[in-house]
Amino acid sequence: MQQGMLDPQGPIAAAERLILINATAIMLVVVVPVIVLTLAFAWWYRASNTRARYQPEWSYSGHVELVTWAIPSMIVILLASVAWIGSHELDPARALQSEATPVRIEVVSLDWKWLFIYPEQQVATVNQVVIPSATPVEFVLTSASVMNSFLVPQLGSQIYTMPGMATRVNLQADHPGDYPGLSTNFSGDGFSDMRFMVHAVAAGEFQDWLARTRAQGASLNADAYAQLARAGLVATAQSYGSVEPMLFERIVQQVP
Amino acid sequence: MLGKLNWDAIPYQQPIPMAAAAFIVVMVLGVVGLVSWKGWWPYLWREWLTSVDHKRIGVMYVLLALVLLLRGFIDAIMMRSQLAVAAGGAQGYLPPEHYDQIFTAHGTIMIFFMAMPFVVGLMNFVVPLQLGVRDVAFPVLNAVSFWLTASGALLVNVSLVVGEFARTGWLAYPPLSELQFSPGVGVDYYLWALQISGVGTLLAGINMVTTILKLRAPGMTYMRMPVFCWTALASSLLIVAAFPILTATFGMLLLDRYAGMHFFTNDGGGNCMLYVNLIWAWGHPEVYILILPAFGVFSEVIATFSGKQLFGYRSMVLATMAICVLSFMVWLHHFFTMGAGADVNAIFGIMSMIIAIPTGVKLFNWIFTIYRGRLRFEVPILWALGFMVTFVIGGLTGVLLAVPPADFVLHNSLFLVAHFHNVIIGGVLFGAMAGYNYWFPKAFGFTLDKRLGVISFWCWLVGFYLAFLPLYALGLLGMTRRMQHYADLSWQPYLVVAEVGALVIFAGIIATIAQLVVSIRTRASRRDRSGDPWHGRTLEWSTTSPPPAYNFAVLPEVESVDAFWAMKQRGSAAPPQRYESIEVPQNSANGFVTAFFAVLTGFALIWHIWWMAIFGVACAVATLLAFGWTERTEVQVSGEQLAEAERARQRLLNSA
Repeated sequence: MQQGMLDPQGPIAAAERLILINATAIMLVVVVPVIVLTLAFAWWYRASNTRARYQPEWSYSGHVELVTWAIPSMIVILLASVAWIGSHELDPARALQSEATPVRIEVVSLDWKWLFIYPEQQVATVNQVVIPSATPVEFVLTSASVMNSFLVPQLGSQIYTMPGMATRVNLQADHPGDYPGLSTNFSGDGFSDMRFMVHAVAAGEFQDWLARTRAQGASLNADAYAQLARAGLVATAQSYGSVEPMLFERIVQQVP
Repeated sequence: MLGKLNWDAIPYQQPIPMAAAAFIVVMVLGVVGLVSWKGWWPYLWREWLTSVDHKRIGVMYVLLALVLLLRGFIDAIMMRSQLAVAAGGAQGYLPPEHYDQIFTAHGTIMIFFMAMPFVVGLMNFVVPLQLGVRDVAFPVLNAVSFWLTASGALLVNVSLVVGEFARTGWLAYPPLSELQFSPGVGVDYYLWALQISGVGTLLAGINMVTTILKLRAPGMTYMRMPVFCWTALASSLLIVAAFPILTATFGMLLLDRYAGMHFFTNDGGGNCMLYVNLIWAWGHPEVYILILPAFGVFSEVIATFSGKQLFGYRSMVLATMAICVLSFMVWLHHFFTMGAGADVNAIFGIMSMIIAIPTGVKLFNWIFTIYRGRLRFEVPILWALGFMVTFVIGGLTGVLLAVPPADFVLHNSLFLVAHFHNVIIGGVLFGAMAGYNYWFPKAFGFTLDKRLGVISFWCWLVGFYLAFLPLYALGLLGMTRRMQHYADLSWQPYLVVAEVGALVIFAGIIATIAQLVVSIRTRASRRDRSGDPWHGRTLEWSTTSPPPAYNFAVLPEVESVDAFWAMKQRGSAAPPQRYESIEVPQNSANGFVTAFFAVLTGFALIWHIWWMAIFGVACAVATLLAFGWTERTEVQVSGEQLAEAERARQRLLNSA
């Protein structure tokens, strides 16, 4: 069973869940009293209650007004600080602090599958992405067709993929494991199957995987890419042992 | 000759649309048959189709909304039942190409053809009465607005039978909505239906702003206007400012699709981000266009049924206008995940939270209106209390989504879907239902059945929580919106509960229909002779139910907020010695005829039937010109007629 963002497996997702919990707690301070007061007043001041006081002309009180403006304002000041700091610390484009050397992975959303290119290692995969655990991963993303949004709920922050543009998001998986990912932005009939799996593995295992892939995979050249880019689903995850250089850049610049 | 239109456009092979179409056709033929058999056409034409009376137009808007609520709800329950079964490897009973049309139609219909007409209809009916005037500023234009809105609704429903609807989601983001990825007529149906109804909405907004700014009863200064009028003003100002953006945005997408231009395409220098920004520059004000009048309804309902003046009137006005202005400064929070920098995201997040301040103030003011009041638990106040409890939860989740880092994981998830249904059902729809129950006796002269009204309320409230709390949970578990099937079997129980919730809401809708039918059948015993069934506070309750075409024989003199309450406190004044004759606008077929040609033009453009499009536009323009030259636009009501009507009213009052 997937636990989504409630079961974070990386620093970004953990920080985002914490912000969510904190913000909820701050707001409950005012939301709960509002609900209780509404129901309590509605009950006590029911027309049949002869003990309740009735003051039909009472419609203004400077003190009450001061409080009704002040309470939401103070809550919002608090939340605004959370939002300001959080937006900066968790900016998707911001590189993660780490001893480990980050891995760069280029992501292309196609109709309806995900292509992952490892530019430094010169391999590529479809609908699965293998990453070393406890290592920052810098995803650079674009779309070769319509807009999609790249999200791995257990790793945190999503980002749109858009044609002709490159966006970036920095994520990290703390431990080895399989984390499902998906597109969250509707992209057409095959959208529901635009899922992929993130396999986080130990650093040594990552090197083994690279070597294995290079040795046996097919080549992602212009023809193979053209075939892949055609609209449709792919049945299983695939991998390519070599990739045409600058393929991602050409997709971003929409060079055919 | 017929452009892209041929027999293949009818989806014979698909049983669901054909059954739906057959149902609609049978219903329409049934109504037409009944009207013809009973010989009601002259009445219908004279009293409704060509009416320019703001009350009649308001009623027709609300009727349109209720009918389209049914259509949109059928879409909803189909989606819920699809997702209740399409788990694991199962594909459910709706293939993607059909499912995608359904969620697009659901969103489009519920916002543009259910919520909007409901809110605009209430404003149309109530505002002139509350202002103590005889009609809106431009009565004929008002009819044109309504019929253009109805034209759009008609086109959306035609797409069910002839062709297809868009499969893009309700905002039709490009590049998916561009010709390259959506070559069919679905997006064209979407665009032309919304362009035509959008013009109607814009005209309605202009009309309402003019009415409130220029036509008010003697003594009705701005700070004596009922709060509903203030919220109607804010909402209409937003319509005037925001709808041109929508029209321009759709205009550019239409140029892309019809003239090979490149505003939002992948090639030729187009950029889809431009569209997303523009559509939300309209889209965010739009949600306040819907919710502000609902806030106005609650303000009236809570004050009336507490038997107490609204607490903090000035604060309420200030909060309303603050929301009106702020709503234009937050659109980017709909796409924090588009790669904007941290400063931009943070600023828009904080601006969005700031809207929570005036909204919070409003909630507190309603609470303090109930405080030391004498609450009568009639149906409208139930909706108001249900709203207050439900809406704060929607507000909480809304502010959560306004925190950019939280939105990074929740964006587009079912948590978001649950949030906006929380505020649109819990806010707009509850407000509309409160207003419907509250003003129905004023519109028709008899009250609605209370017992069925209470049942309807509880079904909606319980159904809402059953249907949407599971969606909040699913969003946190990682389920995204617009999925036609899903792999994770652990999500299925939540979706089954949501389906049950939808069925409970359905029971609420049935109860609403039953309430209307029962009330009509027993109307003789539920006559409202007083014109003031709820012990109201504002001027609409000072005239008869239903009000005469001219609303007030003599325009009321206003000396304070809650003008009618103050009049009742002072005791009724002696009737005037003689009545001045007045003029009321004459019926006009302008709206109906213009809309007929608008539908023709829209249909022709969708199917590329160019000769018919030119013909339709020419006829629509000719209609406007022809009616522009009408010399006699008003009929006189003489002083004697008024005096006689007032004496009849007095006899009715005495019998109450």
